[in-house]
Amino acid sequence: MDAALTSGDARTVLDENDISRAITRIAHEIVERNKGISDLVLLGIPSRGLPLAARIAAQLERIDGGVVPLGSLDITMYRDDLRLRPARALEPTDIPARGVEGATVVLVDDVLYSGRTIRAALDAVSDFGRPRAIQLAVLVDRGHRELPIRPDFVGKNLPTSTDEKVSVRLREVDGFDGVTIMGGVA
Amino acid sequence: MRHLLSAADLDAKEAMRVLDTAAELATLTDRSVKKLPTLRGRTVVNLFFEDSTRTRISFEIAAKRLSADVINFAAKGSSVSKGESLKDTALTLEAMGADAVVIRHPASGAPHRLANAGWIHGSVVNAGDGTHEHPTQALLDAYTLRERLRQGSGDLDGLRVTIVGDVLHSRVARSNVLLLSTLGADVTLVAPPTLLPTGVETWPCTFTYDIDSVLPTSDAVMMLRVQGERMQAAYFPSAREYSRRYGLDRERMGRLPEHAIVMHPGPMNRGMEISADVADDDRSVMVDQVTNGVSVRMAVLYLMLGGSTEGAA
Amino acid sequence: MSGLVLTGVRPLGGDPVDIVMAGDRIVDIVGAGQGSGNGAGSQVLDGTGLVALPGLVDLHTHLREPGREDAETVATGARAAALGGFTAVFAMANTDPVADTAGVVEQVWRLGRESGLVDVHPVGAVTVGLAGSHLAELGAMATSAAQVRVFSDDGKCVWDAALMRRALEYVKAFDGVIAQHAQEPRLTEGAQMNEGVLSGVLGLTGWPAVAEESIIARDVLLAHHVGSRLHVCHVSTAGSVDIIRWAKARGIDVTAEVTPHHLLLTEELVRSYDPVYKVNPPLRRAEDVEALREGLADGTIDIVATDHAPHAHEDKDCEWGAASFGMLGLQTALSVVIDTMVNSGRMDWAAVADRMSVAPARIGRATRHGGSLQGGSIANITLVDPTQMWTVQPTELASKSRNTPYAGMQLPGRVVHVVKDGRPTVIDGAVVLDSAVAGSRS
Repeated sequence: MDAALTSGDARTVLDENDISRAITRIAHEIVERNKGISDLVLLGIPSRGLPLAARIAAQLERIDGGVVPLGSLDITMYRDDLRLRPARALEPTDIPARGVEGATVVLVDDVLYSGRTIRAALDAVSDFGRPRAIQLAVLVDRGHRELPIRPDFVGKNLPTSTDEKVSVRLREVDGFDGVTIMGGVA
Repeated sequence: MRHLLSAADLDAKEAMRVLDTAAELATLTDRSVKKLPTLRGRTVVNLFFEDSTRTRISFEIAAKRLSADVINFAAKGSSVSKGESLKDTALTLEAMGADAVVIRHPASGAPHRLANAGWIHGSVVNAGDGTHEHPTQALLDAYTLRERLRQGSGDLDGLRVTIVGDVLHSRVARSNVLLLSTLGADVTLVAPPTLLPTGVETWPCTFTYDIDSVLPTSDAVMMLRVQGERMQAAYFPSAREYSRRYGLDRERMGRLPEHAIVMHPGPMNRGMEISADVADDDRSVMVDQVTNGVSVRMAVLYLMLGGSTEGAA
Repeated sequence: MSGLVLTGVRPLGGDPVDIVMAGDRIVDIVGAGQGSGNGAGSQVLDGTGLVALPGLVDLHTHLREPGREDAETVATGARAAALGGFTAVFAMANTDPVADTAGVVEQVWRLGRESGLVDVHPVGAVTVGLAGSHLAELGAMATSAAQVRVFSDDGKCVWDAALMRRALEYVKAFDGVIAQHAQEPRLTEGAQMNEGVLSGVLGLTGWPAVAEESIIARDVLLAHHVGSRLHVCHVSTAGSVDIIRWAKARGIDVTAEVTPHHLLLTEELVRSYDPVYKVNPPLRRAEDVEALREGLADGTIDIVATDHAPHAHEDKDCEWGAASFGMLGLQTALSVVIDTMVNSGRMDWAAVADRMSVAPARIGRATRHGGSLQGGSIANITLVDPTQMWTVQPTELASKSRNTPYAGMQLPGRVVHVVKDGRPTVIDGAVVLDSAVAGSRS
């Protein structure tokens, strides 16, 4: 993905604590919206959606006491832009044993941008069964949707211009937590 | 990956990429919708000049699971006049807009001609050419070895694989020697001297004429099909002598280490290179090989056609 | 009296002279610049700086007529030969029908006379239909208008030892020679390329060197035993060169030929599976190429012979196993010899003249060819510019077929003029289409 974080023109918009609070809030919102955690299934979209989903699942367990089924959903094979680059390596897809049939699936990703990743994720989930509902939780919504997709739970709304780069770093993948914006007109 | 003509086309990194991709795609069998939309709109042609229902169906399933359109072209090489069939057929496929051609042909080098003679623009997958190579067979064999003996990940470093049979005429043996050694395995060939190719001492493997000397230290034994017709050309005196000296029977199987597996590319000549009870034993993984064949072929087709195809090496 | 004068040419690379001809003979060799002006009506060809060789003689060529006129005809083959600097070619007998009777050889001979560009000497088959079981009517072919002296089943081997013995004995009666295509058939069943490490890797059935060497060894001993002369076609292995050297040291009357492609190309080219490299005997290893060059240089191998083997497009534009064996050779032969033997310093022009004209003419008993470049000799002369490079373009060759292994390669040496029986057949690299040339006596 993106290059080193600590370059001169990178501005931190969320630090470790901000991220932690955002996840806690998202977890509460999920419980509130769904009136509990029954029939919920969390699916993280690789790569950074996975640790986020895991953290949300841990929070949900703290809040509610029950364990929410957790899995991963790789959307590579469903992308609409496959022909633009050489074939990409696949990430793991691991649907919990309960499946998605009749469940409320909460997709988890780090950044929502054009919406095409989520469109692919919707197609991917449908091939596994028919959920009762699909909801979307993202850490950052940076705007510029190209498809009619909207998130249900947002960590932070971050208006950006298209020539800016948003980088999400997570402890589990990158060794530390932080969200930065780089480039664009300061 | 533009073409897959030989196992030597893949270095260790590329080979593992195929295996890792296949591992992900293998989970497709457990889903209710056993399909991915990735190759929608692509056309894959199965061009089989040799009878082979098993391999052809494997490629067909693989292509269809990726939503590609499949055209099957079966030509008996012997009944068509020499030469015309391959080129003319290729020109027809080009007119049909084939994105990939999977070809099995009795002449070694036919896939190379198809890929390089300028008859077609699509990708070429070698599904077995004469006595030369069968790269996807080697890939599914490597996948099976990895799954059974390396917990399904990484390479085959230090794995001791013994291949027994008519190496001289075996495209499976050639591809496996190349691919398995690329992945770090130690390969040993076992055959009578008449069935080992000239120059085998330069291959990246060892060889011996004595099967019993290597069985106790083999992690996997791959038995190759031996045709009875080879007797007529004096490669060995009789089927009885061959199976006595090189066949895998229950007694020999007992000398394998506990964890060792038995493989065979099929079809088997039960009683010749492998006895019926060995073929049906738990340690024989032929059925797994067939299953893994579909996943591996899906991975190959995806890596070949699932991204941009211009400018690929 | 009208004649032909070549000015400023260098015989065998020596000092420039003028060669004066009248009728079909060389009349005089004079200092450069002094030859023209020898009577009005003389045709003068400027050969300044060109090396003059006696007209080249190819002892091994396939002209495909009768039977495969789609691949080549005597006329198109003769044109290719002339452009390659040849004034005589020997046409192998594996036509359809096979040249195993006086009738067929006379037909080929007549077609050669009609083209007029080169002397076509038909080779007669050793056995009826090349089947290897019964002797063909060798005597009838020898006394026919074609005056056959070279007999060969080339394409196939006379593998039956008893039959080979009889053939060697029989031709003594009319000074004939058996030219053997040395290939033990049982060791080469289904063979596609040289047997070695590469054939094992490529999955192609091998053609082991011993299949050639064992036949040569047998035949030189037979020739010695019956007191006959033997010629060995297209020697391709280091071991074969050794056997021939051994035989000659014992005084055995054996001669041998090597093709230009075996002097230059190795089996590595087969990796591409491109059938343009499929030939019989096959391309071999670098060590074999080196031994053949050495053998040609020291005279163990007596001649260069092209084994020009034209094939129709569909016989080569296919997978390896289905393709025919053979390569074109007439127009590129001298250039390949210059490249591998002259430019490397292994042979001088006198040696080139010997291997490509004098010796083949002698072996084939083509008495009008291979003469020295001096007064009294028949005027068969080849003029070549050895330094000029040219690129081989298959579509620009005179042969009806396109199967040259040198496509796209740059080779040295351009044949500029060719004179046959005192008349030019090639002027400035182009064939002379002249009724006075056609039908001239051979």
